[in-house]
Amino acid sequence: MYYVYLSVILFSIGTATVLTRRNAIIVFMGVELMLNATNLSLVTFSRMHGALDGQVMALFVMVVAAAEVVVGLAIIMATSRARRSASVDDANLLKL
Amino acid sequence: MTSSSEAFGFWTLAPIAVIAALGLLFARKAVHAALGVVLVMVILGIFYIMQNADFLGVVQIFVYTGAVMMLFLFVLMLVGVDSSDSVVETIKGQRWASLLLVVGLAGLLFFTIGATVVDEKTVQAGIDKTVATNADPGNITGVAELIFGQYVWIFEVTSALLITAALGAMVLAHRERLTPRITQAEWAAKRVRDNRDVAGLPAPGVYARHNAVDTPALLPDGTPSSKSVSRVLVARDQVATADSLRDVERHLEREIEEGGAK
Repeated sequence: MYYVYLSVILFSIGTATVLTRRNAIIVFMGVELMLNATNLSLVTFSRMHGALDGQVMALFVMVVAAAEVVVGLAIIMATSRARRSASVDDANLLKL
Repeated sequence: MTSSSEAFGFWTLAPIAVIAALGLLFARKAVHAALGVVLVMVILGIFYIMQNADFLGVVQIFVYTGAVMMLFLFVLMLVGVDSSDSVVETIKGQRWASLLLVVGLAGLLFFTIGATVVDEKTVQAGIDKTVATNADPGNITGVAELIFGQYVWIFEVTSALLITAALGAMVLAHRERLTPRITQAEWAAKRVRDNRDVAGLPAPGVYARHNAVDTPALLPDGTPSSKSVSRVLVARDQVATADSLRDVERHLEREIEEGGAK
């Protein structure tokens, strides 16, 4: 059960990172941390239930996270190239 | 916790993981934050192996620390350093509001988990079953049976997702060259035409005891020249001042003059 508590702590730290940091890459790493934290709880529950389904779910989460990272980092690169900054506050081109 | 060795491993590694994750939250430089996340992911991989998920533990270290985080570091190098690393808040009170929200979320999840009634016997039976599955068909065989049996459709859809992601990254990272590339000869001709920096930008300062690229050269009137240091070093705030070096140089010059007078 302590694994689930660790997972909660890591998830909260990831959330705090997403909410407070301004560098888009660090914000993205916070999202990755949240995904990893949920993976840990999935594996823990899989073991507690004696079924491998949770591990398969965690594996699919990893695949989706990998795809998400590729597209997200490409977007960050495109915006930083256009705006010469990786700050999420500078991306206000659509603002009135 | 089934065994004392697992408890020992957990209580040793879990605090390290939390500290490394806090490094992501508080580190000023993005590279340090990335290294903290790498540490968290390695520790999570060890936890997976400790929890009888051998395949997933190895995949975690391969995919996350090996591929994803290295991709992050690669993009960090490409994007470079700018002012977005600063921790000055732009919306007033945002930090306190988010702290409140995060503490609320953590408290909610903690109490929800704490309120659940866990039947030790069922959990122990589950753990025993996992160990038995790992022993008889094996962990990889068991996961493979699920992926290619029950979840085969999801597995197939995943391939479409990966191909779409790869294509999307190619489209987003592609850049059409709109203007022709400026050659060195054209740069030189432009310098002469504009009559600015005709001889090229000045080299960094060379002093009696220092000649690294981070020290600016001095103009004839004694002020440091901002053109002589790289703008990357200026952005990183790594430019040294020439004052102390100049003082040393004057001191040396005076000594030499005095020696000549004697």
